[in-house]
Amino acid sequence: MSSQIAVGNRLVVAPWRAVLARTPGVAWILGLLLLVFAATSRDFLSAGNLLNVGQQSVILLMLALPMTLIIMTEGLDISMGAVLTLAGVMLAWVMVRYGSLPLALAASLATGLAFGIVNGSLVALLKMPSFVVTLGTMGAAQGLALIVTDGQSIVGVGATVESFYSGRLAGVPLPLLLGAGSYLTCHLLLYHTRFGNYVFALGGNPEALKLAGVRADLYLIGVYALGGLMAGLAALLLTARMSSGHPTAAIGMEFDAIAAVAVGGTSFERGKGWLFGTLLGVIAVGVLRNGLNLLSVPSSAQVACIGILVILALFIDGWKERR
Amino acid sequence: MSADSKVTGLWLAFRSGAVAADLRTIGYRLSAALVLCVVLAFASDAFLHSNNLLNVLRQASLLFLLASGLTLVILTAGLDLSVGANVGLSACIAATVIKSSGSVLLGSAAGVGCGLAIGLANGLMVAVMRLPPFIATYGMLWVAHGITYWYMAGTTVYGFPQSFRALGSGYFLGVPIPVYMMFGFLALGTFFAQRTTYGQEIYAIGANREAARLSGVPVARRLILVYAVSGAMAGLASIVFLARMNSAEGDIGEGLTLPAIAAALIGGTSLFGGVGTVSGTLIGALILTLVLNGMNLLTINASWQPMVTGIIVILAVLLDTFARKRGEARN
Repeated sequence: MSSQIAVGNRLVVAPWRAVLARTPGVAWILGLLLLVFAATSRDFLSAGNLLNVGQQSVILLMLALPMTLIIMTEGLDISMGAVLTLAGVMLAWVMVRYGSLPLALAASLATGLAFGIVNGSLVALLKMPSFVVTLGTMGAAQGLALIVTDGQSIVGVGATVESFYSGRLAGVPLPLLLGAGSYLTCHLLLYHTRFGNYVFALGGNPEALKLAGVRADLYLIGVYALGGLMAGLAALLLTARMSSGHPTAAIGMEFDAIAAVAVGGTSFERGKGWLFGTLLGVIAVGVLRNGLNLLSVPSSAQVACIGILVILALFIDGWKERR
Repeated sequence: MSADSKVTGLWLAFRSGAVAADLRTIGYRLSAALVLCVVLAFASDAFLHSNNLLNVLRQASLLFLLASGLTLVILTAGLDLSVGANVGLSACIAATVIKSSGSVLLGSAAGVGCGLAIGLANGLMVAVMRLPPFIATYGMLWVAHGITYWYMAGTTVYGFPQSFRALGSGYFLGVPIPVYMMFGFLALGTFFAQRTTYGQEIYAIGANREAARLSGVPVARRLILVYAVSGAMAGLASIVFLARMNSAEGDIGEGLTLPAIAAALIGGTSLFGGVGTVSGTLIGALILTLVLNGMNLLTINASWQPMVTGIIVILAVLLDTFARKRGEARN
C-alpha cells in the first residue's frame, strides 16, 4: 500500500516522473531496441526496412492477438504455429488443384477453425489442461501437414494469392491493411462486446460467470476457435509470402506470438490482458528479429534471444505483482 | 518424534492405500501392452523376430531414460517441455567434446553436465522465479534449441570410438546394453520415489503443495531437485542416443519431447500431480514404442507418427481427467 501512496505523492510533486513510472515496460523495451539497432545498423532506419518490419510482423500479429485472449483465460495454445502451417499447406493444395481462391481460403479457414474448436472443446468441456491439449494437437497438425505434402513444398499457388502479400490498395501494402483490420476487429471484440467482457471474467473470476448463469464453456471454446480462425487467415499471408505451401513453414511461430504477448504485459496467471500492449510486443519482436538479421545474427541465436526476452518479461511481471 | 518424521509416517499410511491403486494401474497397462503384442504378432510376421523384439526394447529403454526424470517433474504437478531440446544440446556438446579431446569419459560427463545445467536453470525458474513450469520450460526449449543450431552451424559430427558406440548399440549376453540401463534406472527411480523421504515429499508437493509447505517440506529445494534430475536424465539419454546414432547434428533431439510426455502419461502419471510411478512410465514407454513399431512393420508412412503420438497424449490426459473426476465424485 505504501508504494501506491508514494506514487500518488510523486504524481503531485513531479508529474514527469509519474509519466515515466506509468510508461509500460513494453514501451521501454521497444524504445531500447529501436535505439540499439538504429545505432548499430545503418540500414535499420531506412523507410524500406521499417516497412519490411511492419509487413513481416502482420502474420505474427494475427497469431498474437487471439493468443492474448487465450492467455487472459489462463490458457495457452502452442499448436498455433503448426495449425498455421497446416492451414497454409491446405490453402496451397486446394489452390493448385482447383485454382479457386475462395475455395482455398475456405479450406484454410475451416482447417484453423476445426483445430480451434477441438482445442477449445477439450479445454472447456472436458477441463483438460490447455498446454497439453495443444501440445497433442500440435503433433497432429504437424503430422497432417507432412502427410498432405509428403514432406515436399507445394509450389505454383499463382499470382492472385501472392498479391495478398506484395499488393497495395490505395498505396498502402495489403498486409498492413489486413493487420490493421485484424487489430480493430479484436479490439472491438474484446472491449466492446459481451464476448469480450466474458473473456475478462473467464480469466479473473470464472466462478462468477457460472453463478451468473453464463455458459462460460461456450465462450471459452469461442476464444480458442478465434485463435484457429486467425491462424487460418494468417495462412493466406504466409502462403502468399512464400509463394508455396511448406510443411514446416511456421513451426515454432507460436513461440514468437507468446513472446509478443508476454512482453506486451499480459499476465499468465491473473487474467489481465492488454491488446495494445500485444501490438507493441509484436512490433518489439519484429524489430528484434529484423535488427538481429541486419547484424547477421543467425536465426537460431535469434530464437535463443527471444526465449531469454520471454523469461525476463515474465520474471519482471511476477516480481512487480509480488512487490 | 520430530515433526518431520511424523509427517512422513502419516504420508506412508496414506501411500499404503495408494500402492494398491498403483498396482492396479500397472496391471491394466501391462495387460494392454500384452494385448498389443498379440495383435501385432498376428498382424505382422516380422514382429516376433528376436531382432525386432530387441529393437523394441532398445527404443523403449531410450524413451524410458528420458521419461523417467520427467515423471518426477510431473509428479509435482509440473512439466518439462525442454527435454527434447535438452537432448539435442547435450548430445551435440558431448559429440564435440569427444571429438576434440578424444576422451569418451570427458565427453559423456560434458553431455550429462549440460543436461544437468539446463535442468537446474529450469528448476530455478520454477522454484525461485516462480514462473509457471510449462512456460519456463517452453522458453528453455527454444533457448536450448537456438543455442544448439548456433553451436553446430549446420555441421554434422560423426564417427565415434567403438567403446562409446557400444553404450547405444552394443549387446551383453544377447541383450542390448541400454536395456540394462533401463532396468537399473527403474530400480533406482522406484527406490527413490517410493522408499526415500525425498520421494514422498515429491508426491506430497504434487498432491497438495500448500499442505506440503505447511508440514515442513522444503518445496523450492525439492522442485529444483526434480527439474535437475529430469535435466540430468535427458543428458544421460542424449549420450545413449548419440552412441546409437553415431552422429550428431542440430536437429538430433527434435520430436523427442512429445513421446517422452506420452510415455509418462500412458504409464498412469497424472498431470495434476501426486499420482504415478516410475514403473508405470516404463510400461508407457513400452506401449508407445510397440505402437510406433507396429506402424513401421505395417509400412505406415513415418509422417503419421507425430500425429498418432499427439492423439495418444490427448487420450491419456482424457482418461486421467475422467479418473480424477470420478475420484472427486467418490470423495
